[in-house]
Amino acid sequence: MTKTDVTRRGVIRSGAVAGAGLAVPTIFTAQSAAAFTNEPTGGTVTLGFNVPQTGPYADEGADELRAYELAVEHLNGGGDGGMLNTFSSKALQGNGILGKKVEYVTGDTQTKSDAARASAKSMIEKDGAIMITGGSSSGVAVAVQALCQEAGVIFMAGLTHSNDTTGKDKKANGFRHFFNSYMSGAALAPILAANYGKDRRAYHLTADYNWGYTTEEAVRTSTEAMGWETVNAVKTPLTQTDFSSYIAPVLQSGADVLVLNHYGGNMVNSLTNAVQFGLRDKQVNGKNFEIVVPLYSRLMAKGAGANVKGIYGSTNWHWTLQDEGSKAFVKSFGTKYGFPPSQAAHTCYVQALLYADAVTRANSFNPCAVAEALEGFQFDGMGNGPTLYRAADHQCFKDVLVVKGKENPTSEFDLLEIVEITPVGQVTYDPSIFGGNLGTCNPGA
Amino acid sequence: MFGLTKKDTGLLIVVAILTLLAPFILNPFPEGSAMAQFNAGYPDLMQRFVIFGIFAIGFNILFGLTGYLSFGHAAFLGVGSYAAIWMMKLLTMNVLPAIIISVLVAGLFSLAVGWISLRRSGIYFSILTLAFAQMSYALAYSVLTPITGGETGLQPKVDDPRILDAALAEGATPKANIFGLQMGQSFDLQLGGWLFTFNAGYYLAAVVMLLAFYLSIRIFRSPFGMMLRAVKSNQQRLNYTGLNPKPYTLAAFVISGMYAGLAGGLLVAMDTQVGPERMFWTASGEVVLMTILGGAATLIGPVLGAGLIKYMENILSKINKDVLHQWFAFLPDGLEDFIVAIVYPFVGKGWHLTLGLIFMAVVIFLPGGLVEAGQRIARLFRRKTQDKTTPAKTEPAE
Repeated sequence: MTKTDVTRRGVIRSGAVAGAGLAVPTIFTAQSAAAFTNEPTGGTVTLGFNVPQTGPYADEGADELRAYELAVEHLNGGGDGGMLNTFSSKALQGNGILGKKVEYVTGDTQTKSDAARASAKSMIEKDGAIMITGGSSSGVAVAVQALCQEAGVIFMAGLTHSNDTTGKDKKANGFRHFFNSYMSGAALAPILAANYGKDRRAYHLTADYNWGYTTEEAVRTSTEAMGWETVNAVKTPLTQTDFSSYIAPVLQSGADVLVLNHYGGNMVNSLTNAVQFGLRDKQVNGKNFEIVVPLYSRLMAKGAGANVKGIYGSTNWHWTLQDEGSKAFVKSFGTKYGFPPSQAAHTCYVQALLYADAVTRANSFNPCAVAEALEGFQFDGMGNGPTLYRAADHQCFKDVLVVKGKENPTSEFDLLEIVEITPVGQVTYDPSIFGGNLGTCNPGA
Repeated sequence: MFGLTKKDTGLLIVVAILTLLAPFILNPFPEGSAMAQFNAGYPDLMQRFVIFGIFAIGFNILFGLTGYLSFGHAAFLGVGSYAAIWMMKLLTMNVLPAIIISVLVAGLFSLAVGWISLRRSGIYFSILTLAFAQMSYALAYSVLTPITGGETGLQPKVDDPRILDAALAEGATPKANIFGLQMGQSFDLQLGGWLFTFNAGYYLAAVVMLLAFYLSIRIFRSPFGMMLRAVKSNQQRLNYTGLNPKPYTLAAFVISGMYAGLAGGLLVAMDTQVGPERMFWTASGEVVLMTILGGAATLIGPVLGAGLIKYMENILSKINKDVLHQWFAFLPDGLEDFIVAIVYPFVGKGWHLTLGLIFMAVVIFLPGGLVEAGQRIARLFRRKTQDKTTPAKTEPAE
């Protein structure tokens, strides 16, 4: 049995301790004077370039980084100015952003959400980055976008093609210039119908993850609307390297078109397997057997070699485009690095410029002011024709390229030819179809 | 004190002081100086230090004591994370229920996995655990997409139910907190050129880490810990003496699985996002590296190993060519390019290479890990009084 003495002094003392304990949390609410996260105060401003430097998309990441370095050079007034000369908005003067010299930090996303978030966090918390951009995977884009929303900085997505990024996972602080699965489907379907007829039977092989699902759905919906029939859709593991066992049943199914909803190495392998099986020489239902790859990139075409000849797909941008913006960009990229840029490089370069331009027009680095300047912004001269940053979901709307593997490539970079530039009207959709909630912009601090 | 020997109490106090003063210790260079690149005292990395410290401490209870090498521990971390995020989505953004549930769910899952895997030992056990982990990864990545969010993972959304929380203010986003104190809140202290950040989330994780560390000391020093060591030294002998080692190894497996779940829950509490790559086999391999690098079967080793790997992953990987050129700008141009060309493969995206070299060096020259390095240095300084002190309390890794 313990004896408890309640003394006046004891009560006062413990009361004081408890009071101090309760007061502790309030010191944490003492915020710094800045109006928003990482407000640049000196003569420089820091941007965070978060790209995959290791892992399956390291090639894309390396190209993105080259594009960002070029963008920084142009923003600071170096080089030949690239697209700054063709950009319809003339706010940027080549003197940095709002007179502050642009500096940058880089990080490795490893194409993993965790690593990407850790790297973005260190850029925000340690290096004081005011904007994060880059990435080559939708999973990473969604993860980093959510982080930027919480931290109160702007996120300019790099290469991300899934509908989710500006669909069900859209955020007020995040913006995407790249096109998406829905647009691929909408742009491809009419071309496919015109070339292959309206009574085709399609067989889908789909990479078994979010991007694969949204792409398959987009292509299915738009081709079925044209009168095609979907015979079967089979999911393939992302790590699969030999697709023979998935290709063999295709011929027995009575399908006469194979749609490969694969990206990167997956597509290279599945396409190679399909061609080796002689699918393209077969006649089914009295028609030539055809293969379609919804999302193309030059790097993938290079990997698949001669197998891509004559195969249709869609892409965001291609370096052979002949408008002034594309020519200026290809020229300054080529001068600096000695080869033409990929579509990943293009979208990242454009995103960096668009951000800088929005800051200049808003005359503030405040994320809310920047977001307002980007929302509903219409521009031209960036390689895709007239483009709109839609306010409702922060997705860019522009023409989509339908491309075909070139029959007679003249160089190792000249692998795709542009079949049609699908006008933006044909790929525009209602922002509400994917759900999601943009929320309100968060300036942090 | 606390039922520990004097020496262990000393160790616990040293670790406590180091963790609580980490914002000072990890930020030795003033802001804006060239060396600021090496500062690690920002909240996210400090949180990772202690959380992966917990993960490695737990792994060490299994690997260090019983010698069973699990190659699937990341699965428990991942399961804990998913459990935590679902608590946040459904119940409340308060992190306490999330952390508690993550420990329980990881415990149950490790019981199931351990029950099957522990029928074998040695390499077969490792392969079984690896198989389970990869299975969990594949499930989370695609098959269970409705529950796990697939590749994109899960995050709290504005329109989640959160039945215990009051409705959010218009435009507010759900933020992890403990009774209202947000995990992301920090208090900045500016002293001259130095900036020290005290983060609420870090201190929560640090306190949990100290509790986990204390518990691990108690396990190491208990009769139960002695039984586990007996399993490691000779399981057959244990069988012949009429003792069944299975309950002991299973208990150790579940305890270390719960530690992993705790780490997973804390990761979600600090940064409200889960993705399946958290369970990928490389994540399981990483904790093995941490433990061996720091010193298996030592108390403090795994924490040191976790710190070293996370430091390299976050600091070394961010040194790009530009930074190198700034450092060596004082050299003549040709020499500068030459030095940069030599150093560059080891930093930035080449940090894995540096880590590999360090790991090889440690395994070859310091089989006892970083702890052995510390002991050797300490021995150099007190060689004369050596005979009076007790022998090193650690034993080398296998």
